[in-house]
Amino acid sequence: MPSRRALIGGVAASVAAAVLAAPEVRAQTQPGVIVVGGGFAGASCARALKRMDRDLAVTLIEPEAAYLACPFSNAVIAGLRGIEAQTFSYDQFGSYDRFGDIALIRKRAVGVDAERRRVRLDDGTDIGYTRLVLAPGVDLRFDALPGYDEAASAIMPHAWKAGAQTLLLRDQLAAMPDGGVVILSVPPNPFRCPPGPYERASLIAHYLKTSKPRSKLIILDAKDAFSKQRLFEAAWQELYPGLIEWVPLSSGGRVTEVDPATRTLVTEFGNHQADVANVIPPQRAGAIAQSAGVADQTGWCPIDPVTFESRLQPAIHVIGDAAIGGAMPKSAFSANAQAKACAAAVAALVRERRPAQPKLINTCYSLVAPGYGISIAGVYQPRDGLLAEVEGAGGTSPLEAPLSVRELEAAYAQDWFRTITSEVFG
Amino acid sequence: MRRAKHRRGGRSPAPVLLAAPVPLAAIVLLAALVASAPAWADAAPGAAACSGCHGPAALSSAIPSLDGHAADEIVAQMHAFRSGERKATVMDRIARGFSEEETRAIAEWLAKPEAARHAQP
Ligand SMILES: Cc1cc2nc3c(=O)[nH]c(=O)nc-3n(C[C@H](O)[C@H](O)[C@H](O)COP(=O)(O)OP(=O)(O)OC[C@H]3O[C@@H](n4cnc5c(N)ncnc54)[C@H](O)[C@@H]3O)c2cc1C
Repeated sequence: MPSRRALIGGVAASVAAAVLAAPEVRAQTQPGVIVVGGGFAGASCARALKRMDRDLAVTLIEPEAAYLACPFSNAVIAGLRGIEAQTFSYDQFGSYDRFGDIALIRKRAVGVDAERRRVRLDDGTDIGYTRLVLAPGVDLRFDALPGYDEAASAIMPHAWKAGAQTLLLRDQLAAMPDGGVVILSVPPNPFRCPPGPYERASLIAHYLKTSKPRSKLIILDAKDAFSKQRLFEAAWQELYPGLIEWVPLSSGGRVTEVDPATRTLVTEFGNHQADVANVIPPQRAGAIAQSAGVADQTGWCPIDPVTFESRLQPAIHVIGDAAIGGAMPKSAFSANAQAKACAAAVAALVRERRPAQPKLINTCYSLVAPGYGISIAGVYQPRDGLLAEVEGAGGTSPLEAPLSVRELEAAYAQDWFRTITSEVFG
Repeated sequence: MRRAKHRRGGRSPAPVLLAAPVPLAAIVLLAALVASAPAWADAAPGAAACSGCHGPAALSSAIPSLDGHAADEIVAQMHAFRSGERKATVMDRIARGFSEEETRAIAEWLAKPEAARHAQP
């Protein structure tokens, strides 16, 4: 059923065409763009496509009834926020959207026939597309760390997808006696949200300091350096002295195996036993990217930085965490910015116009404590076939800054979340 | 957290549409609406990313809305961020990523009516 707005758009178009005597030919068969995945990337893209060209038929495929957002989920783990604040329904999609109808299909995409340009759904049906945008986010690799599979994640939660896992980790921390050892294991690059594990460590430390002050937090890291490192480390020294121990790769931080039965994490330098073990395993692009043939041997999807079109399959675009974003981190902000640039390119391509060179921005806030925020920002543009940082721009919050600046950044973090979720899902 | 959906009061051309024949004034109005519809497609490079942080005034965010600012004013603020004259948390870091020309193009686009840019009512 066409919405009132779509009807108006149609009538307006024909009236305008008649008046201006410039009979712009509207395609008889609507070009259809399918977007798979209704996260920060996919939902943003579906909406942006409609905003750019209301005559475009846009279909969003997403099996979940609601989206659970990861940004601020670390605050849920630390008991500072409820999971409701992370939950966004898709009610605004599927019926009337301000920019026209987006057809919402509550199914999982299970296969793509790139040759015939069709997407197969989990109920056995399939639908055709002119262009396909894949935005499935990440899959956790349950084959990469010996001992860590889906069953192990029920004991040693990853909490790297928001929802039940977030609450499980929160509840384990709440049930742990004072004096317990919490271990957080961080994978090698790339993974979603580079500063995420360190924000999590900070907020868990805040929880321990205020509720279980005799406890300890060990970060076993497969890397020797991390995002906003100096800011995090300075803040840890100031706010949580002696509470957090960061073990980098060079000191034996890489976890090579886990045993969920005893909550043991094995490294080349020895075993660690945890009361609460948060294991963040390696990741790769969501399964549909593999079955569509757009992921390479790294597990991620190479793309053209102007159009986000796959380098492996024509007419399929990949955005958000699943894509190889060059210098852009796998963040919600990046996903949203990429979605809008990709929508512009797709809208141009279906009308056989030349896509413009995009310029992208990312800003990632991290909370180190309530009322204490730090950030990293960057500006990006296509260079040598990748998204590269614009030199001279971007960078982190100043190392030396009064508390008022940290407070301001914490407030901006909250309001960024409100604004972006309202643009994407509201 | 979900906002009630409502159409902007007074802007809906629907009642006019239902009347026949369509008056000329309505035709002009409709032509203007059609012309403004694809504004997002014409966004200057980088401009579409702004709405990730800067929402509509109605959200009353601590991050200022960009609604209702003249292009010259936006250009001047971006200069002040770039030179450090205006203190900022992130905008100084972002402003340095855009040339004079790009900044001007973004400002011109941002100065267009709010309706063209925001998703929410
Ligand atoms: C603890 C944590 C904290 C974070 N904090 C921040 C932060 O402060 N700021 C920030 O910018 N980013 C943050 N991030 C990163 C952010 O969550 C991701 O970068 C972002 O969610 C990526 O968006 P996406 O749309 O690519 O993927 P997702 O958000 O994962 O969305 C993918 C969607 O696709 C759907 N889907 C998957 N497969 C299929 C299929 N086959 N068919 C149909 N639908 C499918 C899924 O159901 C899901 O809705 C954080 C992440 C974590 C883990």
